[in-house]
Amino acid sequence: MARIIVVTSGKGGVGKTTSSAAIGLGLALKGHKVVLIDFDIGLRNLDLIMGCERRVVYDFVNVINGESTLNQALIKDKRVSSLSILPASQTRDKDALTKENVGKVLEELGGLYDFIVCDSPAGIEAGAMMALYYADEAIVTTNPEVSSVRDSDRILGMLASRSRRAELGLEPIKEHLLLTRYSPKRVEEGEMLSVDDVKDILSIPLLGVIPESQAVLKASNAGEPVILDTESDAGKAYQDVVDRLLGETIEFRFLVAEKKGIFSRMFGG
Amino acid sequence: MALLDYFTRKKEKQVTTASKAKERLQIIVAHERNSRNKQPDYLPQLTEDILQVLRKYIKVSDESFSINLDKKDGDLNVLELNIELHDDNATN
Repeated sequence: MARIIVVTSGKGGVGKTTSSAAIGLGLALKGHKVVLIDFDIGLRNLDLIMGCERRVVYDFVNVINGESTLNQALIKDKRVSSLSILPASQTRDKDALTKENVGKVLEELGGLYDFIVCDSPAGIEAGAMMALYYADEAIVTTNPEVSSVRDSDRILGMLASRSRRAELGLEPIKEHLLLTRYSPKRVEEGEMLSVDDVKDILSIPLLGVIPESQAVLKASNAGEPVILDTESDAGKAYQDVVDRLLGETIEFRFLVAEKKGIFSRMFGG
Repeated sequence: MALLDYFTRKKEKQVTTASKAKERLQIIVAHERNSRNKQPDYLPQLTEDILQVLRKYIKVSDESFSINLDKKDGDLNVLELNIELHDDNATN
């Protein structure tokens, strides 16, 4: 049975789609069969970040309404053949998704893939609830910033009470903290919450720390998930995340600011 | 010792914005968690009683019934009942 992973956050703009794209592609590059699902009905964007926006013909809602088969709607990634994307619809109303029909789609996908990565919309409305309902694991994407941390905690509450696992009294959803847009320099200057601060507050295990990086914008500009930029710090950090999801123990990187050279120190560069 | 005082005091005063953020978050998160976890003791019994009454009149399976007590902002509590009626109820 596939591992169903929801990438969620509560707050918008913290890096859910960037992270879904990078992690999905990373898992596929490791040889796993992966499907990425965009749950943001009405505001699809995963296709753009994945660079397949011009190949969208049918979408998630079409599949649910029986207007297309799952196979017709799935877009095979051009870079990695074991990766598929199920785009969200751009126009339909979000009430199209129900627990029953989403469950059916996930069940069908579960037989075909090793990983189902659900890119959640922001907020705590129906769409976000639907994205997390069937999850086995949750990647709680958080920025080191007060509103993001608070919203993440709200989402943790939802994971614990509103998911299928909670309703059926099964083993709870496995929660992972993914801290994004981290700036070690600002942490050292006392201007930003540190990894340990956020871990203390949310008290869930840390999956990864993605440093604030120019590579992320470049990646989305090009429609090439940042994990493909293997030279960039963000790309490397996402690679670590993928390896940890696959059970490896990897030391956390990019947690301290790069030391300044002697010249810039002397001349205050 | 005025000089020494000056230096030590300065150090004490240096509360960073990050530590302020952490403190505020710890308080608000703890508060919100508390209100989240508070389900009243009477809820299970209430659920049972409501179901019993309903079943006097209509068929209700456990799956088609849900009850939720939600705290909205402020002092407002909302008790939400969801009952799915099956077709065979309509003919009665």
